[in-house]
Amino acid sequence: MTGAVFHALLSHWRRAPLQLFTLIAGLALATGLWSGVQAINAEARASYDAAAATLGEGRFARIEAATGGEVTQAQYVALRRAGWLVSPVVQGRLGGVRLVGIDPLTAPGGIGPAAEEADISAFLGGAGQIFGRAEVLAALPETGAEPVLAPDVAPGTALTDISLALRLLKRDSIDALLVAPEQPIGRPELAEIAPDLVLRPPQPGSEVGRLTDSFHLNLTAFGLLCFAVGIFIVHGAVGLAFEQRRPVIRTLRALGVPLRRLVALMLLELLAFALVAGVIGVGLGWLLAARLLPDVAATLRGLYGADVAGGLALRPAWWLSGLGIAVLGTGLAAGAALWRIATMPLLAAGGRRAWAMAEARMARGQGAAALALLLLAAGLAVWGEGLVAGFALLGAGLIGAALALPLLLGAALGLAARLAHGPLMQWFWADTRQQLPGLSLALMALMLAMAANIGVSTMVGSFRATFAEFLDQRLAPELYVETADDAQARAVEALLAPRIRAVLPLASVEIEVEGIPTELNLARPDPTYPENWRLLRATERPWERLAAGEGVLVSEQLARRAGLSLGDPVRLGPETALPVLGIHGDYGNPLGQVIVTEALFAQLQPEIVPRRFGLRLDPAEVPEIRAALTGMGLPEGAITDQAAVKRFSMQVFERTFAVTAALNVLTLAVAGFAMLMSLLTLAALRLPQLAPVWALGLTRRRLAALEMGRAVLLAALTAVVALPVGLALAWVLLAVVNVAAFGWRLPMTAFPWDYARLGLFALLAAGLAALWPAIRLARTPPAALLGVFAHER
Amino acid sequence: MLLRLRDIHKSFAGAEGPVPVLRGVDLDLAAGESLALTGESGSGKSTLLHLVGGLDRPDRGRIEVAGTEVTALDDSGRAALRRGTVGVVFQQFNLIPSLTVGDNIAFQARIAGRHEPVRATALAERLGLAPHLAKYPEQLSGGQQQRCAIARTLAARPALVLADEPTGNLDEATAEEVLGAMLELVAETGAALLMVTHSQHHAARMGRRLHLHAGRIA
Repeated sequence: MTGAVFHALLSHWRRAPLQLFTLIAGLALATGLWSGVQAINAEARASYDAAAATLGEGRFARIEAATGGEVTQAQYVALRRAGWLVSPVVQGRLGGVRLVGIDPLTAPGGIGPAAEEADISAFLGGAGQIFGRAEVLAALPETGAEPVLAPDVAPGTALTDISLALRLLKRDSIDALLVAPEQPIGRPELAEIAPDLVLRPPQPGSEVGRLTDSFHLNLTAFGLLCFAVGIFIVHGAVGLAFEQRRPVIRTLRALGVPLRRLVALMLLELLAFALVAGVIGVGLGWLLAARLLPDVAATLRGLYGADVAGGLALRPAWWLSGLGIAVLGTGLAAGAALWRIATMPLLAAGGRRAWAMAEARMARGQGAAALALLLLAAGLAVWGEGLVAGFALLGAGLIGAALALPLLLGAALGLAARLAHGPLMQWFWADTRQQLPGLSLALMALMLAMAANIGVSTMVGSFRATFAEFLDQRLAPELYVETADDAQARAVEALLAPRIRAVLPLASVEIEVEGIPTELNLARPDPTYPENWRLLRATERPWERLAAGEGVLVSEQLARRAGLSLGDPVRLGPETALPVLGIHGDYGNPLGQVIVTEALFAQLQPEIVPRRFGLRLDPAEVPEIRAALTGMGLPEGAITDQAAVKRFSMQVFERTFAVTAALNVLTLAVAGFAMLMSLLTLAALRLPQLAPVWALGLTRRRLAALEMGRAVLLAALTAVVALPVGLALAWVLLAVVNVAAFGWRLPMTAFPWDYARLGLFALLAAGLAALWPAIRLARTPPAALLGVFAHER
Repeated sequence: MLLRLRDIHKSFAGAEGPVPVLRGVDLDLAAGESLALTGESGSGKSTLLHLVGGLDRPDRGRIEVAGTEVTALDDSGRAALRRGTVGVVFQQFNLIPSLTVGDNIAFQARIAGRHEPVRATALAERLGLAPHLAKYPEQLSGGQQQRCAIARTLAARPALVLADEPTGNLDEATAEEVLGAMLELVAETGAALLMVTHSQHHAARMGRRLHLHAGRIA
């Protein structure tokens, strides 16, 4: 019996290949978009973990210079002699590669490469060995050391013995000391041996991983949105397929097939489809991830300094979860339809009319759910705090709006029907309204995709405008110069001070303010700052008071995280606490920032001599000053002009949002596909409604034109609803999610022309989607239309 | 006795409370016997047929088919009864549109575990369907579709054939032809036939006839 029934069930798809294609393609697209994003996240996390394993980042306590400088060999030797089990680490750039030097004899367990060829004597002796991934070893300049392939070393990183690293990096001091977890009892305090050094405790989880969490959360949210749009397609296809199969299911039951067996076989059928679509989807996800990963890697490097491998590894957990999400998505999409089939009475009247009536009953529940979700979103907007509340607000708002869409469209069409004159238009509006249940899922998908497009493009556009203005403010100096040492720094300042308008020293040291990692920066009193910087909030005469050492400026993210307002004291040392004079924007910086005047900086950090300078001069003098600096022995690479810095910053910015833009376009394309598939599927069911109108005297061509007009009209109404939803989404991203994730709030800018273009695109997509069914209708032979009457019973 | 009905009651929910359709029906049918059930629209003929086929349950009363008390069976038991003992021919044909005519004819015999390809072929030939076995139901005329439904039922060799106005959708000449073929084949298999019909003329061709009026045998 099972074989015969399964054959009968499967035969439906042979007769409805378009439906099968919609189902498989929708599910594969949903899985592909979701698993593509997950592959990117998994690759990035694996890279962070590899970095943590290579350098022990976060796992071990570290001893560093209190001022953020270097640890001397003498300090290291003194600590070892005092009984401290510490191991030196040095790192720097060699070519384009991050070279890390460790001491394998003293390093805590688990640090370093686990290559099979690892040989401690070769590592330490002779010309030495350098471990790294293939692409890293290839990028290294000639070092004389033996390159050893080690795929477990962090991406973009090469690992070697510390003495070789110091030689290659031309250094004589180390960056930090790793502290072994087990230490001898009774050893002297750190402050007694090396008062300039501080002990930083281990931090669970990769530090880079934590920094990039919100970036990955954003990607995941986008992946989820794409998945939801895909599942809308599957839901529509499965719902319609099950509806069409209702009479057959009744017949099968009437012929003696037990309901339980029937439901089990339908579940098996869905599982088979889910697995087939899942495999295709995972393949698509792989291609998508491979295409996007280089951009993501560049973004993460630009934003957070996190090195992520540009290649993709096929991880079992990833493709298994891809198949799992395909099965879960199928379950979500088909659950309700399967339940309706399982609970329908054997003898109840079937058909599309019954379905339409059931849909009408569901509309009331849908309205209530939409209202509840929108109220929840409003509540979260007013009272919610934090990233999770932000994403919950996004989810509730978007789903609520999507659920409300068919009701809003129904109301609009009802109003149009009441205002219509003439029988043809009355029929058109009434018929359009009747079509709504069949098209509502595709329209909801279109609305979500358009709203996401509007929201994300508004967010990115606002960010771009703010960021460009921010760069103009911050990058006022015409030239930037970086010196090699303190002596050169003093020489450069002495040379330039009398020749140009201003020399602005730049220096930064990492400190903690209210337990938050913060950069302490200096500002030399100069008109450059008040003339260019726009403070978000400020007391009276902030720059004058800053110059007088009466207070500090803090960045917006530090103010938010530490709860600082204007006038609040900021503790910068045991005896130094100064009020906040102003709050400035510092976009793209994961750390907080405090700016003090030059004199106070020198007082707080006496050992730091600024080695970088911003130079204010007449742009015409740039070549001359550049020549003077190179004449002093500064390499070309140490002198950067303002335009180059701006160009680089904007490049980082554009790459940051390249992934978002790509996902945005993909989501919209999937929504267009949903529209096409829904219209094509419905077209096959339209003949019984169109045949009587044709018989009453309307030409097929006119009917086809009306069908196209209907699709464009529905898309236009959907676009009208999508606009406020998209703007609300942008507001949530800018004012809630960004603030929670990064600590800064961006002013929102509207881009009406972009929205108009998107609206036109949606209309065009709907028109194109309706074109094929319309052409088919226009070419439907009269015999097929007459067949409707012949088959009517 | 192949079929025994005692004191069958059935009502359906209406806007103003339950509407009684059957009010104490008693009926017996022996193996090989044919019985026509006539009556006005709404007299309960089809409802009675559905109860016998286990497609619905009576509110009260007892139904026995081939010694099995149908009213005591659960959903699976009633499905097994329809598979193995009872065959139903519907007015709407109820063929599976995605299966070919050949597959439709074999379907019920397959799920009953009694599929004999030779018998299916013979039935198709007797009913004039042999040239159409590879076609789909929608490519057949109404009369051909009903012949296909009859072949499907008889291929499974049921002990009791229930026919719910099997010629209701056919023109007079086709109806005569289809009914003739069905009566002939049912007689050959030795099955009992219970047929609901509006037509007195068709009812006259059955061995026995009963008239339902206001939910009771008149």
